[in-house]
Amino acid sequence: MDTQRRKFLKIAGASVLAGIGAPAIIKLSASTALASDHGVAAGAHGAPAGAAHGAAAHVEAVPQGVRLGMVIDMRKIIEQPVLLDNAITACNEAHNIPQIGNRKSEIKWIWKAPFENVFPGESNYHLAKNVEKSDFAVLCNHCDDPPCVRACPTQATFKVKENGIVAMDFHRCIGCRFCMAACPYGARSFNWEDPRPYIKKYNNQFPSRMRGVVEKCNFCGERLALGQEPACVEACKGTGAIVFGDLNDAQSEIRQVLDKEFTIQRNTSLGTKPSVFYIV
Amino acid sequence: MYNKGTIIPGLIIFVLFVTFPIWFNGLKAAPAPKPELPPGGEKKCIESVEYMRANHMQVLNQWRDNVLRDDKRTVVEVEGKKYRKGLQQACMQCHSNKEKFCDNCHTFAAVTPYCWDCHLTPKEAASKEGTR
Amino acid sequence: MIEKTLKGKPAYWIWLAFLGMFMAIGAFCYSRQFLFGLGMTGMSRDVSWGLYISQFTFLVGVAAGGVMLVLPYYIHDFKEFGKITILGEFLAIAAISMCLLFIMADLGQPLRALNVVFHPTPSSMLFYDMIVLNGYLFLNILCGWVILTAERKGIHPPKWIYFFVYLSIPFAVSIHTVTAMLYCGLPGRHFWLSAIIAPRFLASAFAAGPALIILACLVLKRVANFDAGKKAMDKLVTIIMYAALLNTFFVFLEVFVGYYSNIPGHKHSIEYLFFGLEHHGHVYDNLVPFMWTSVILNFGALGLFAWPYARKKNEFLLGLSCVMIFFALWIDKGLGFVFAGFVPNPLEEITEYIPTANELGITLGIWATGFFILTLLYKIVIGCEHEMEH
Repeated sequence: MDTQRRKFLKIAGASVLAGIGAPAIIKLSASTALASDHGVAAGAHGAPAGAAHGAAAHVEAVPQGVRLGMVIDMRKIIEQPVLLDNAITACNEAHNIPQIGNRKSEIKWIWKAPFENVFPGESNYHLAKNVEKSDFAVLCNHCDDPPCVRACPTQATFKVKENGIVAMDFHRCIGCRFCMAACPYGARSFNWEDPRPYIKKYNNQFPSRMRGVVEKCNFCGERLALGQEPACVEACKGTGAIVFGDLNDAQSEIRQVLDKEFTIQRNTSLGTKPSVFYIV
Repeated sequence: MYNKGTIIPGLIIFVLFVTFPIWFNGLKAAPAPKPELPPGGEKKCIESVEYMRANHMQVLNQWRDNVLRDDKRTVVEVEGKKYRKGLQQACMQCHSNKEKFCDNCHTFAAVTPYCWDCHLTPKEAASKEGTR
Repeated sequence: MIEKTLKGKPAYWIWLAFLGMFMAIGAFCYSRQFLFGLGMTGMSRDVSWGLYISQFTFLVGVAAGGVMLVLPYYIHDFKEFGKITILGEFLAIAAISMCLLFIMADLGQPLRALNVVFHPTPSSMLFYDMIVLNGYLFLNILCGWVILTAERKGIHPPKWIYFFVYLSIPFAVSIHTVTAMLYCGLPGRHFWLSAIIAPRFLASAFAAGPALIILACLVLKRVANFDAGKKAMDKLVTIIMYAALLNTFFVFLEVFVGYYSNIPGHKHSIEYLFFGLEHHGHVYDNLVPFMWTSVILNFGALGLFAWPYARKKNEFLLGLSCVMIFFALWIDKGLGFVFAGFVPNPLEEITEYIPTANELGITLGIWATGFFILTLLYKIVIGCEHEMEH
């Protein structure tokens, strides 16, 4: 079955390269296990070859690759700060993130910080009062050229080639924390001790972590596979505060937003090419 | 032989020491464990019993890499029922009692896999009002 | 030759027992850390590397410093080093052993350490560090052992060994270069993101390593009747002096770039180290007393080295200046360099790092292990020397 799929990939890839491929597929994830059960990802059967190969295969067919990204519309969050709180809670619950409650050992995937901390390189001289006083959402940037992946000595953190997510394999992490030193966005947390006692409520669809490994936002890879949106995006549903999608797809919602609005990104001078954008 | 008086008793002590696990158990093997069958009554696994007994760890490792690294989160289907690849998502849907199924053999074989340092058993998940 | 370690004066055994005590404390502390996790240390989400990695960084330098004996002796045929080159090689063995122990102590999942081998990742500098560190350890064991065995038998070492001796020279440079590259290739850590880190590391290494060898020679002269020779010691002092001067120069350049360019990112860490960093009305200055101690010790030692009486006629002053320079560089690289890189963090927040008692116990234990290994190795050297004299 594996070899069959690989063959299919080659054919599909070649056909798209030749310009006869389907229009780029709007996909949140490169895979949709159980997608048919949920009735999601319909319309993803754009690739002519895809239909014949069933739900599992068609999604890997985008050769140029999906690059998942996020736009955070701070105007909406400033107006309604509770949106960000909801997003953070949703993430914490979805991923069994422990609430350790001290700065030394805390673990955070998405959290709040003031403008001057999130954008230390930008001017914050006479910043608009409402921006100055508001908390920004901070999370992993899922860089296109991630320094953490370069630094990791075991490929425990890596870029998923099918969708651009910078992911973690907790099974493989040796806990050297080189990635934490390498990340220019402070997005990574380390399990200084067993996190389980600090988890308030278990989500049995996701594991916890063990002590001694690094963790961070995974753009909800596990939820995307089920055809769901990331937890934080879902928590802000209907408001447009967080828009998520494929940056490489000109038709995607996120691209419509990016085409229209002026956005900024965190510390772009480092060449990491972040995939998270902010509208201020 | 020089130092016969020390070498021979020394050798005897050494041999006794390294064979400790054998004679300590009175030269008998402990009874083989009988892991609990799925309480839900499922009869078929993704492969034969013999295959699973010998290779479940490789299967899990392969699933792990499939899901995490290769983004091949394909479904496994057994008797019309679909499961997502994963220890929590597939295996423990039927083999829901870790203590009676997994630990039973692992303790006997003196192996301590680190699966449950992260993965939640149904019991563990329920201990903190598991959602969904 | 190992049998040489089994016979010694009471002082030798007392010294080993003394070190053994610290090793036991270290082992106990490590077992606590192993069971609980790295939360036993003072490291935090913001300062994610602490004493272990900083000691590792410093000790790689000590190991590389051995090349300052190997290179003059084997390349420039500087005969006076004949007797002590082996001390440099064996110092490297002890230092690298400590490095590897410190890395193991720092891992969150030490049992998975071999993943670095199972999943080799050429993009990671840690991968190369593993190769060069283990390579250098192997080369020093091989060269030291083969040459010492030959000397003991009164014959010339086999020709093939010189290939490995010469190979060990670029390896010595590479261990510290690659260790510098762990830091200086990370975007967003301004303090480390500097091309001068590798040369600076090498310069301080070539001072700290030989300083420790002079100290060892002075001790061995008293307790083991081993005389390294005046000329050799003089040459070592010269090497230390130039290396320490270069290091001072490099540090000054860093300070200049930071302050003259006036770029906040380049200035912050230096400010934190030497003056304390003000943030929201609070001044963070944990390391300031240490850094100024380092500066004073550094210039004090350079002054003493420059004074002919102190370096040539007075062994106490010579020893003192070596202790001073060693400590100055230890503070500079073994504390300040690593800790300050994390201040401020990428979100310009400040968390200070204070090691815990358990962490200090492990650190002391590893240092004691290193000195234990060093003592045994030097005992072998001295034993062989004395045997040849008879």
